[in-house]
Amino acid sequence: MRRASREWQRLGERCMERLLFAGSLSGIVTLGAMVVFTFAAGLPVILRTGLGRFLLGQHWRPLEGEFGIAAMVVGSVFVTLGALAAAVPLGLGTAILLSEFAPPWVRRIARPAVELLAGIPSVVYGFYGLVVIVPLIRQHLGGVGFSILAGSVILAVMILPTLITIALDSLRQVPDSYRQGSLALGATRWQTVRRVVLPAARSGVVAAVVLGAGRAVGETMAVLMVTGNVAVLPESILSPVRTLTGNIALEMGYAAGEHQQALFASGIVLFILTMILNGLIQLRRVGRVAR
Amino acid sequence: MRVRWARLEEGLARAVLWGCLLVVLGALAAIVGHVLVQGLPGIDVDFLTTAPRASGREGGILTTIVATLYLVAGALAIAGPVGIACAIYLAEYLREGSLERIARFGVQTLAGVPSIIFGLFGFTAFVLWLGLGWSILSGSLTLAAMILPTLVKAAEEAIRAVPDSYRQGSLALGATKGQTILRVVLPVAMPGILSGVILSIGRVIGETAAVLLTAGSALGFAVSPLDSGRTMAVHLYLLAMEGISVPKAYSTSAVLILLVVGLNALATRITSRFTVRR
Repeated sequence: MRRASREWQRLGERCMERLLFAGSLSGIVTLGAMVVFTFAAGLPVILRTGLGRFLLGQHWRPLEGEFGIAAMVVGSVFVTLGALAAAVPLGLGTAILLSEFAPPWVRRIARPAVELLAGIPSVVYGFYGLVVIVPLIRQHLGGVGFSILAGSVILAVMILPTLITIALDSLRQVPDSYRQGSLALGATRWQTVRRVVLPAARSGVVAAVVLGAGRAVGETMAVLMVTGNVAVLPESILSPVRTLTGNIALEMGYAAGEHQQALFASGIVLFILTMILNGLIQLRRVGRVAR
Repeated sequence: MRVRWARLEEGLARAVLWGCLLVVLGALAAIVGHVLVQGLPGIDVDFLTTAPRASGREGGILTTIVATLYLVAGALAIAGPVGIACAIYLAEYLREGSLERIARFGVQTLAGVPSIIFGLFGFTAFVLWLGLGWSILSGSLTLAAMILPTLVKAAEEAIRAVPDSYRQGSLALGATKGQTILRVVLPVAMPGILSGVILSIGRVIGETAAVLLTAGSALGFAVSPLDSGRTMAVHLYLLAMEGISVPKAYSTSAVLILLVVGLNALATRITSRFTVRR
């Protein structure tokens, strides 16, 4: 009797371990399925058009079977660079202030604020951009308002939480003895931050920027609502652009046949782009551990 | 001279850094304030409890609330058990090695994939290949894949934070590893797991692109999981982009913001209680 129950117990343990093991593979299995499905749907068009012509082609004319995504790649890159230009100094400045200078009560206010900023859905940001930022640009700077600038402003706000939280984490991880040593040598707080703390936290700060860039490239709805979505190479930051993500979201609803495949193909490009950004961070992390 | 310059630089730097914080908080206040001021007056019991009429121009948002809840429940029902199982195995069973690296690589990479790619995947895999059509079920499966990394990360951190002495105590009393995990480790880690769940709920509520591609945008009541449904976020997108009704769009935005505020507050309460108890 006792022996039988012990057997059952052992069987249960083994079943549980197998189940948990299956669960642990869920991430890689999902990722694999995503690669298989998107590549199966999109790769034929890239092969038919030729990778060069697909990436560098300036004309996106789905009805005539011409699929060049250069204008969209440029659009995505410009909007992302614009967002980084605004968000990196702001985000790093805030992170440095919160970690090195601000009294605890400021941190207590700032933390939920940053969490809220991260939690607001992207459509709400897009809607705000549509009703406030776009008219503002139209009235004061000219053009139609739907522009790289509008997209960059909205994206900058959206990636701030990513930048602030990760940069703050890495600044907090710098041991206090570094700061004490520098201050004891007569350096001011700011000199300590600039010459000691920031260099020590460098890899984390870089990771924050790369992750922010990844979020910016992948963001869809907010950008789509404020950039005007014209698939033409932009002339200035006030020109409307269409991003890779926006292109997919806009046309997927009615695309069929080769057109649909071409959208999947631009999805592949986006996939690879974010994989590269992600890979950069994971490589850095491995490098840091090895050091 | 150099000392004076250093002092000046110090003051200047502090001023600029405080300026950064003020701009960040100002942006948040501007957005939340504007949306709430414009949107709150339009929210009343009617708005929350009647279905939209005239494609959203009139009426409330009841059907979109139902679809959103449906999608949240579906995504959590799928990703919850799988994600927690994954976290337990990563934290309790796996030793460092190639299998661990592969499993971790999968979860981490998934976290960086843009939501529109999840939408494309869900569209080919669930809507077309499995033949589920634009439906709550397709949407739930897609969003489950999307929130998996969030859940795994939160659950694994919570499980790893459980002190080893708890496990040793349980094992010393003759419990098996499985019993220890189910009866000792998981209950202690529950607050951390729950805050991961709340974070995921927020992501599902706010997601638009992936939902639009997989659950569609039908405005009726979603009854069966095979019905198409329009979530609040998708509704807001269509109201705003198709110029259907700006006032209704404001009110829907305000509801979404209030929901996020509520979820964040809930998560904070759970975590703070957790830290106090330990």
